[in-house]
Amino acid sequence: MLEVRELKKSFDGFQAVGGVSFSVPQGSISAIIGPNGAGKTTLFNLITGHLSPDAGSVTFKNREITGIAPHDLCRLGMGRSFQRTNIFPRLTVFQNIQAAFLCHRGRGWNLLAPVDRFYREDTQALLDSVGLLDKAGEVAGFLSHGNQKQLELGITLALEPEILLLDEPTAGMSAQETRESIHLIERIARERGLTLLFTEHDMEVVFAIAHRITVLHQGEVIADGTPEEVRAHAEVRRVYLGERR
Amino acid sequence: MISGRLWALVILASAFFVPAAGSRYYTFLANDVVIWALFATSLNLLVGFTGLVSFGHAAYFGIGAYTTGILMKTAGVPFLLAFPAAGLVAGLFALVFGFFCVRLTRIYFAMLTLAFAQIVWAICFKWNEVTGGEQGMPEIPYPSFDGVERMAAWLPFLGGYKTSEYFYFLTLVLVAACLWLLSRIVGSPFGRMLTTIRENPERAEFIGVNVRRYELAAFVVAGAFAGLAGGLFGIFNRGVFPDFAYWTKSSEVLIMTLLGGMGTFIGPSLGALVLIWLNQQIVSYTQYWPLVLGLILIVLLFVFPGGIAGAVESAARRLRRSNQVA
Repeated sequence: MLEVRELKKSFDGFQAVGGVSFSVPQGSISAIIGPNGAGKTTLFNLITGHLSPDAGSVTFKNREITGIAPHDLCRLGMGRSFQRTNIFPRLTVFQNIQAAFLCHRGRGWNLLAPVDRFYREDTQALLDSVGLLDKAGEVAGFLSHGNQKQLELGITLALEPEILLLDEPTAGMSAQETRESIHLIERIARERGLTLLFTEHDMEVVFAIAHRITVLHQGEVIADGTPEEVRAHAEVRRVYLGERR
Repeated sequence: MISGRLWALVILASAFFVPAAGSRYYTFLANDVVIWALFATSLNLLVGFTGLVSFGHAAYFGIGAYTTGILMKTAGVPFLLAFPAAGLVAGLFALVFGFFCVRLTRIYFAMLTLAFAQIVWAICFKWNEVTGGEQGMPEIPYPSFDGVERMAAWLPFLGGYKTSEYFYFLTLVLVAACLWLLSRIVGSPFGRMLTTIRENPERAEFIGVNVRRYELAAFVVAGAFAGLAGGLFGIFNRGVFPDFAYWTKSSEVLIMTLLGGMGTFIGPSLGALVLIWLNQQIVSYTQYWPLVLGLILIVLLFVFPGGIAGAVESAARRLRRSNQVA
């Protein structure tokens, strides 16, 4: 579904991502892990078109997507959530989701119809499935951190993606919130048949749900395989897992 | 929303009685306010709804004024065509200038809008053959109101007004129509896309919003309506002059928008009303109007960052809450 080949990116001579390759099969749940500064977010930004790579290519559904603008990628079926929570803070929860529906379904250039009429049921159904229906009328910026993350997931889902890229979906959450939101993400991925690629620093989460794990260290892949293979990998134990025990 | 519509109708209806109730001077002031209200509301589509601060909005006001002025005075085209032409030409210029401006963000965007506006001003100032150069174009004719006066034979309440008063009524109708259209645009899916850009352009891009293209569209719509306001203003002012496009006009309209409150649709119109009224009042006491204006702005920025409309809104909210508690 998603193929990354020899992707490279440097900033002012510092190599953030150096020749990374991996692939994400359709319907799988894949994770990218690595210590802080390993290049996970840069890698995500390269895949989703927020940064352009110095070298290498990204293929999505057998189509080369390197250097395509984010709004076009979105239309191709790639959804993304951000590490720093990324919502529309002064709109209500309902309006946040509705805006995503409007744009994705090509209604953005309607200049005269009242906006309230559009996609009421769809928006409510989606709010229900991410557990925010009771907060529909609240201003998004005032929600708790965990709720904002749920909302962000909702916005992304409104774009009806085939693959979902989540950058640290549980960053800054309490243990309780982390558990709940991982269940939510897993359930939604299963229900909608989504392919999932996420970065995460919480090892428990990763080993609980990922089918495949890619380990990044100083911008390079040092291991790639099933959770069991990665857990047994000597270098991973040394540079990453080892640090924590 | 029903109550908003009702308010708009009440304000519009009472505005029609200004010539009958007040002096000529008040009609003059009201006409000024109405035109500036449209100008400021068009700017607010950019500043308040899209999050783009333009320092050069007067360019489109000036272009609209010259378009209507040249068509009516030099070419003898009737108002019925010369007025929409102001919006069309200003919109076209906004399309060309905006194409470059939306490639930049924040202060760079603002500086480029200012640069284009100063170019427009310089051309108006120097191009003697067409714009009348420094002297401007005095004596733009009023639209013909013969038809209305003929109709007054059957509808007596239409008769007995001066041409300037007929023009005031015409302005009211046209500005009300433009404001209605702008409010529809703000409340449409397109308007919502603009708000997502204001709130978070990076995220907007990733729900599929082509940010630059939407910004350009907002710039063109805002420019076109500013052009229409300019077209009316040239006739109202009995002449078109290069300073219509000068940067001080851009800052004046920006101040109105901020003073009235850019967070609401009605804010800029309120700002136009208050600023013009205050100006008239204070000038009759002192020549230091800019000093007073400066003080007002300082108070505004520190005490009421949401402008007049924002202050009224939060006061109403507080009142409602204290009623609930009691």
